[in-house]
Amino acid sequence: MFRLYRFEKSRYVFTALATVTVVCLAGIFFFLASVGLGAFRQISLREFLFGLVWNPTAYGSVSWGIGALLMGTVLVSVTALVVAVPIGLAVAIYLSELASPRAREFIKPAVEMISSIPSVVLGLLGLLFFAPLIARLFGLTNALNALTAALLVAIAALPTIASICDDALSSVPARYREASLALGASQWETIRKAVLPAAKSGLLAGILLGFARIIGETMIVLMVAGNSVAFPRSLLDPVRPLAANIAIEIKEVVIGSLHWQALFAIGLMLFMLTFILNLLADVLVRKKLKA
Amino acid sequence: MVRRRESIYFFLFRFVAYVAVGFLVLVVLLLVKLGADALSLTFLTKPWSHRDIASGGIIQAIAGSFYLGLGIVVVGVPLGVATAIYLVEYSRENVWKRIIELAIQNLASVPSVVYGLFGFAVFVNLLRFGSSLLSAVLVLSMMVMPWVITAAVEALKSVPRRWRESSLALGASRWSTIRRIVLPAAMPGIITGSIIGLARALGETAPIIIVGATFYMNGLPTSVFDKFMTLPYHTFILATQHADPKAPSYAAATAVVLIGLTFCMSVGAMVLRTLYRRRREW
Repeated sequence: MFRLYRFEKSRYVFTALATVTVVCLAGIFFFLASVGLGAFRQISLREFLFGLVWNPTAYGSVSWGIGALLMGTVLVSVTALVVAVPIGLAVAIYLSELASPRAREFIKPAVEMISSIPSVVLGLLGLLFFAPLIARLFGLTNALNALTAALLVAIAALPTIASICDDALSSVPARYREASLALGASQWETIRKAVLPAAKSGLLAGILLGFARIIGETMIVLMVAGNSVAFPRSLLDPVRPLAANIAIEIKEVVIGSLHWQALFAIGLMLFMLTFILNLLADVLVRKKLKA
Repeated sequence: MVRRRESIYFFLFRFVAYVAVGFLVLVVLLLVKLGADALSLTFLTKPWSHRDIASGGIIQAIAGSFYLGLGIVVVGVPLGVATAIYLVEYSRENVWKRIIELAIQNLASVPSVVYGLFGFAVFVNLLRFGSSLLSAVLVLSMMVMPWVITAAVEALKSVPRRWRESSLALGASRWSTIRRIVLPAAMPGIITGSIIGLARALGETAPIIIVGATFYMNGLPTSVFDKFMTLPYHTFILATQHADPKAPSYAAATAVVLIGLTFCMSVGAMVLRTLYRRRREW
């Protein structure tokens, strides 16, 4: 950024230190792939992705299908996204377009504080408070299920979505709003027809990054999703999403075994998913910067 | 008519924003209510007792979290700040800078359980650090880096360019310009960002489960290769894997301590940031 210096030794030191980030990311990918892909020497990719039964420790016939686990991840994360996106957008619109500077100064840090609630604490509250509440609402005996988990995961992802969308809205130039208001549009029309379309790609990037956050959430789903490997039929069924499955089983497997490799294959899948969501978000933000 | 619809929408947006804030308050109140019975001075200062959970405390978990934090400050934070210095002060607009920025972005959204897997495979097994404080510090340092970098880059960028130019014009080298002029000016921003990152890292549970926390031990860890207790792991085990009927309220009490720690750090950092912003003379 500041390019007015001569040749210096310190440059090499800092370049080397900065390279650690790339080494970390490449290292994560390399290890997940080198261990995880080994699983496919014995498990067919088809059984892995489309098999519905995950039973790696069965006596006699083991099966390695992640279908039910994947369905758990999909149920929880799509529901969480459906809940978190409208709320996140509403908070962002309020913060960037409607709030007085004083209200903003109070609410923005408060929303950011939500992201510093450790997810194990949200999980605990899920167990002790929200699950019993939802059980009563739906007349269930036990509400450790996909819905309860999704609601809590939505809360965990809310700050990500709200603050990135707020940045996107705030970076829309004031003259867009002024021009629209000068043409006689009301404030709501201005927001809907001028501001939101102008911030579209940034908003989408916020949603994608929120989605990445949701998919990777582990503690909440580990504690309140119900931990069942049966294929879920509805949102009110207990599930065991992919991330939770790794956390549950990794301590109990023999290092280097097929089960160990299969868990790394699941980790690789989660990694690739968030990686792709990230790249998409990056492309969107860059496109906006050029425009 | 239009105005009325408008005011309904605006009311809704405002309402949702306040509900989000209200949720934060609800979390704290609920935890305190659920954990009130278990919270006591004994609980805060005594070592954990396995036989009767009511007679022991969580001092080892508090100490373990403190050690973890210390480790992250020693390993993760300096690496993050150095990377930020590279990005703002040294890098040119080239492919390498772009690759590093992309790596940082991606590190920020790698699922925490995947960090745990990586740490287990590399630090625990490959490098033979075992399930230990060291492995956990290294994994959490990786997680904290992107957060520290983002905050430090902001802080460094806000130092006016003419300060650097003046220093260089006086014949200072780039490194002494950074050390004497840029870093001191950016320090408040870097510190607040690091504290917030640290607070989030101390609440992380999934990687800790995989990489080395334990629920019960005698005394405190004496070397970096020892296992350790931490607040989030203690909360998790009490909440899900403990048979004692009093366990939930002790889990909540542990969570109160954990959330008190992270909130104090985050709020403190935010207050610090506002104070420095007001005092800033450029």
